[in-house]
Amino acid sequence: MPMLGQNVGMSQTIEAPVRVERAETEEERDADRPWIVIVWNDPVNLMTYVTLVFQKLFGYSRAKAEHLMLQVHNEGKAVVSSGTREKAEYDVSRLHAHGLWATLQED
Amino acid sequence: MRWRPITALPDGGYAVELGDAEREVLRRLAEELRELLTADDPAVARLFPAAYRDDPAASAEYEGLVRDGLLGGRLDALTRLDATAGAKRLSHADVEAWCGVLNDLRLVLGERLGVTEDLYEEDIDPRDPRAPELAVYGWLTWLQGEVVEALSTRLE
Repeated sequence: MPMLGQNVGMSQTIEAPVRVERAETEEERDADRPWIVIVWNDPVNLMTYVTLVFQKLFGYSRAKAEHLMLQVHNEGKAVVSSGTREKAEYDVSRLHAHGLWATLQED
Repeated sequence: MRWRPITALPDGGYAVELGDAEREVLRRLAEELRELLTADDPAVARLFPAAYRDDPAASAEYEGLVRDGLLGGRLDALTRLDATAGAKRLSHADVEAWCGVLNDLRLVLGERLGVTEDLYEEDIDPRDPRAPELAVYGWLTWLQGEVVEALSTRLE
């Protein structure tokens, strides 16, 4: 059923919610909200290698590293670390040095 | 106990058993990768991914900060591999460098060949024009798996 062109009476006017955005500096954002590091699935990196990299870079137990690796493999991605923007960028750069496909974003 | 090309030794080092031809292939592939890296060839783009999914400006800023370091680390690993490709004994740092180079080679080759996860389940079709490179890719995959296995024993 087409939704466009529907006759909406004047009395039914819906007010759009007004978004109030507070201007924030970059520093404030960093302090308030943690950043997360995501590793994405790719067809080349070996499962055993990804597990090894998680253990080596983050000091995770083999069980935790394997759990995260399987999450990447089965679900396409996993959050592997978090913190300030600087820490997240540093972790991403270490993952990139090891050939993993990693990005960071605000949580 | 089955034969392994790379074995962790009790003294912290590693024993390597590879044929001269295999060592030569490794050395040549590393040299090719060095040329691609120093020429900033598009083939190595996969080694320098964007750090932000939807923010090209932030990704560019990140790349400006880290690219030299990432490139330098990769070139150092290639130098170490070149120096040790013929060795029967390797240090832990040598094996980590080998592991990194093998992974980089597979990423670059895998990107060019359009590798998918199904590849590991299939036999290579000899009529496939990519067959020679797929065979090299398969060999690199096997060797890296062995290297990872050897390195993993140190974490247990």
